[in-house]
Amino acid sequence: MDRLRNRATALSVLSMGLGQMYNRQFVKGLLMLLAWAAGLYYLINNLGTALWGISTLGEVTRHRVNGKFVDGDHSIFILVQSLITLMFFLIFAYFYVMNIRDARRIAAGREEGTEPNNFEQTVRYILDYKFAQTFLIIPGIGILFFTIMPIIFMVMIAFTNYASPNHIPPAKLVNWVGFQTFRDLLLLKTWSHTLFGVLTWTIIWAILSTVTTYFGGLLVALLINQQGIKFKGLWRTILILPYAIPQLVSLLVMRNMFNGEFGPINQYLQYFGLGGLPWLTDPFWAKATVILVNMWVGIPVSMILIMGVLTTIPRDMYEAAEVDGASGFQKFRIVTLPMILFTTAPTLIMQFAGNINNFNAIYLLTSGNPVKGDYQYAGATDLLVTWLYKLTLNQNKYNMAAAVGIIIFVIIASFSIYNYRRTKSFKEEDMIQ
Amino acid sequence: MNSLKTKRRIRLSLSYVLIILLCVCAVYPALWILMGSFRPGKSLYSKTLLPEHFTLEHYRELFNSKSILFGQWYLNTLKIATFSMIIGVLLILLTSYALSRFRFKGRKNAMSILLILGMFPGFMSMIAIYLLLKEMHLMDTHLALIIVYAAGAPLTGTFIAKGFLDTIPRSLDEAAKIDGASNWTIFTRIILPLSRPLITYVALTQFVGPWVDYIFARLVLRTKENWTLAVGLYDMVSTNQNSNFPAFAAGSILIAVPITILFMFLQRLLVDGLTSGASKG
Repeated sequence: MDRLRNRATALSVLSMGLGQMYNRQFVKGLLMLLAWAAGLYYLINNLGTALWGISTLGEVTRHRVNGKFVDGDHSIFILVQSLITLMFFLIFAYFYVMNIRDARRIAAGREEGTEPNNFEQTVRYILDYKFAQTFLIIPGIGILFFTIMPIIFMVMIAFTNYASPNHIPPAKLVNWVGFQTFRDLLLLKTWSHTLFGVLTWTIIWAILSTVTTYFGGLLVALLINQQGIKFKGLWRTILILPYAIPQLVSLLVMRNMFNGEFGPINQYLQYFGLGGLPWLTDPFWAKATVILVNMWVGIPVSMILIMGVLTTIPRDMYEAAEVDGASGFQKFRIVTLPMILFTTAPTLIMQFAGNINNFNAIYLLTSGNPVKGDYQYAGATDLLVTWLYKLTLNQNKYNMAAAVGIIIFVIIASFSIYNYRRTKSFKEEDMIQ
Repeated sequence: MNSLKTKRRIRLSLSYVLIILLCVCAVYPALWILMGSFRPGKSLYSKTLLPEHFTLEHYRELFNSKSILFGQWYLNTLKIATFSMIIGVLLILLTSYALSRFRFKGRKNAMSILLILGMFPGFMSMIAIYLLLKEMHLMDTHLALIIVYAAGAPLTGTFIAKGFLDTIPRSLDEAAKIDGASNWTIFTRIILPLSRPLITYVALTQFVGPWVDYIFARLVLRTKENWTLAVGLYDMVSTNQNSNFPAFAAGSILIAVPITILFMFLQRLLVDGLTSGASKG
């Protein structure tokens, strides 16, 4: 009695949707058939070019025809087009396999006497049981094209020689060079010195800025939420102000305030008889300034977040603790703190990762300066991201920038994933309720 | 009993001193730039916080100048921020609802992938996005920016949103399900009303994003008429460095004011104890 099953499978291998039609699911089958035809049309036109493009990155350089320059292949455009086509091909293949499995499953059901769902029932089934997956498709597509594809692209760039002055299209072709870029970055003295210097500061910065803002925010939130404090709303409103001001504005303003010659901060210090400090021009003080300003910007965010969590803690937990005779501090330690940490643990890690990549805080305030002479295109407060930015936009060393990005990413990602999977909210998320 | 009262009084007064100190620190830069924008002349330096007399010439300059199209930039930014906020919030809520409430195959992997992707520096993808937008003939359009911001939203907001949704008691969903509610009804009638503080928070971050984003806006928008405020303001700082500080100050004020007002207006929602009694009823 395997006939139905095998026929449905064979038909759906032949073309998407045929197996479904054979199973008497006509609307569903027709929709799938149309999608299949459109997809196939696109692939036939593009897949060959894509495979050629990704393996060669273009073959014709700019050349002269009858005394005029004619543009050759633009390696980078070819790479992106090939990537899009290949991604489309993978999605298409995935749905093809799913289609075959679906047809086989339904035909198997028919053999046992179950009636296949009609179109209306199919839609209902998806909404009731495949709700999450269906909904995730929309953000998934956005992420696929605007995050994953670009990341794959940049990873590939790290294995090419796409850098000024010698390999910038359309005048010149770009080639695959394997691990040469990484070798240069880690083994050439000038590059590796910069890499390790910048990396060390990036890690110090990320730890200090995350800890100061998170616990600063926690303290401020608890300070205001104390029993007996009046005008809670007013204090909150005032303290939120730094968060409400766009960072672009506040950081550029801070840059002026900490100005060594004309800024008001040094003016006040001189007024009190103290010498002015080289806030943004001395390597050590520039680092201190960046951390300080980041606290000003970051504490309100943590404060709001933690205050929000404080309101979601069920009252009965405190009541239960009071019945058991807990003191104020015990209530904090046993109820408040675990609840806050549970809810904000992912945020804390994201903030850490965010601080490693905190472009604005550095670039708008110091631009990575003061410049360090023995660094390759980097300054004393440069994070890896701002260094990347300079390498990309000012120096056009695309392959080097991509390689730096990958190295950092590997370090950060492995640490963060490990840490995140250990936190309660990932492991025991079903246990809190 | 009396010593308890004095202890409490000391604690409270110390707290008040601390809070007032913090408030001064929080407000001072804003006050300084506000006063700076009213100050006559063009210099950054001033002896006092309050200017000798107030002038509005710098604000007038912003809207009458030929090189600073402030009004146009304002409308552009407002448009981009509003649309990318609406789409972004919707995407974040859907993603976090699905991840918080449903258990399906590959869920943990999906979350890990989301976490990893969020850690890539945004402009590592800059060149690729630039090329992609060129492919789609979307360069120098506002639609391109809206797509880029909205598509990136789930990466930044999902984990905060999921953390919040996890704290909404699941007994509420189950009760609704027993009453015959579909997933969609549960989402719109139970989850959404209870997550108003969350929605406010996420909406604000998504709205503020385009106001402060310089990197992508600069990359996509080429003609001056299409610029956003961030690009315009940075241009003002970099082209006439320190030579016209009050105009920069006035521009900063105008950029910051709507967001600040919006924030102050909405912040009540952030702190209302919406779920504190929900589980009992």
